[in-house]
Amino acid sequence: MKPAPFEYHAPTTPAEAVDLLSGLGDGAKVLAGGQSLVPMLALRLAVFEHLVDVRRVEGIRGIERQNGTVRIGAGTTQAAIERSPEVAAAVPLLARATPLIGHFQIRNRGTLGGSLAHADPAAEYPAVALALDAELEILSAQGTRRVRAGDFFTGLWTTAVADDELLTAVTFPVWAGRGGFAVDEVARRHGDFALAGACVAVGLDGEGRVDRCGIGLFGLGPVPLRAPAAESAAWGLAAGDVDPVELGRAATADLAEVPDDLHAPADYRRRVGAVTVARAWRRAVEEAQGG
Amino acid sequence: MAEVPIEVHVNGTARPATVEPRLTLADFLRERCHLTGTHLGCEHGVCGACTVLLDGEAVRSCLVFAVQADGAEVTTIEGIAPDGELSPVQAAFRDHHGLQCGFCTPGFVLSATAFLRDHHQPSDDEIRTGLSGNLCRCTGYQGILVAVRAAAGTAAG
Repeated sequence: MKPAPFEYHAPTTPAEAVDLLSGLGDGAKVLAGGQSLVPMLALRLAVFEHLVDVRRVEGIRGIERQNGTVRIGAGTTQAAIERSPEVAAAVPLLARATPLIGHFQIRNRGTLGGSLAHADPAAEYPAVALALDAELEILSAQGTRRVRAGDFFTGLWTTAVADDELLTAVTFPVWAGRGGFAVDEVARRHGDFALAGACVAVGLDGEGRVDRCGIGLFGLGPVPLRAPAAESAAWGLAAGDVDPVELGRAATADLAEVPDDLHAPADYRRRVGAVTVARAWRRAVEEAQGG
Repeated sequence: MAEVPIEVHVNGTARPATVEPRLTLADFLRERCHLTGTHLGCEHGVCGACTVLLDGEAVRSCLVFAVQADGAEVTTIEGIAPDGELSPVQAAFRDHHGLQCGFCTPGFVLSATAFLRDHHQPSDDEIRTGLSGNLCRCTGYQGILVAVRAAAGTAAG
């Protein structure tokens, strides 16, 4: 349970960090909060010659309300997000997903960017980023590029961030008007990765019809997923006319690669996934109707 | 692999050292500072036995490299109360049978200390959630729950 030896780098600016990453190539890995990376190193599931610790890198932490968005530095801890009144008010889905991540000791170290870049398919933040159409800022020596969450998760534990790039910030849109937001998951113990889970963001127009909708799924495939079929089925309907159970079924019916392992067979996960969609939908709609 | 000079403040004492980057904070505390009250159970962030306060926040010291704690303030179980005295949380654990073999106890005490600092009147559900990151194989947790509930009622808790 001891990590293999590595060289340690602690750059202080984003430019220095990406220069290092570009020089070191695929033998290097970014170390953020370390709450996923360090266990993998300890178990020697991963071995890197170089770790680039970003804890001293300036300008990649903090929560900023901008025009219609909330921009959060990738190095911001989950604990800081959990405590933030801005996040609670402006991006409730992110706020509500946060206490489900690990335990408070983990959230004291774990970061937003670390969760997204690690991209565990059973983690909460990637599904939240998908459901809300978040935008990720990725820095390299060539400059900053912006990637939509829908294009970010490319494979199991794999993202659009290249070896010479650093995820620096994430921008979440603030949903104006009547909105409701909920996360639901089934995990065997509090703080475990979910067997399956869903997050729902729903917006209603003046007549109570669904005019905006994002459903994110986690634990239900090799990557975090959206449920486009279920979303379009709900779109335009009066919220009361959407059958949550049917919606859950629609969200999970076409999933091709549901994990199947000793913790839960794929069929069970799919059924649990459908139930979590239905529960999250009910709560989100209730909130939107009340607001 | 190049060793790195660091200085960690442990229980109020500066601890300069030169360490391999792969040395965890837990191993640094145990092997370099000889503070063996920080226990290592799983060494991959599951059991919580190695919990310490890093700049006041409860963290798993097996998931922090010592180099990441350079310049930081660390409180271990040895620093939770003056020598020969018990902190309110420690006293409550003793009074309410919050421990049996004692292996997990330092982690629980540090977690509970940080939790109670941030939650003044916690419900039992909140206490359970706050303790969910620490595993105990002896007590069945009821004594620990009662101890933390009792410590929450004391002035220093």
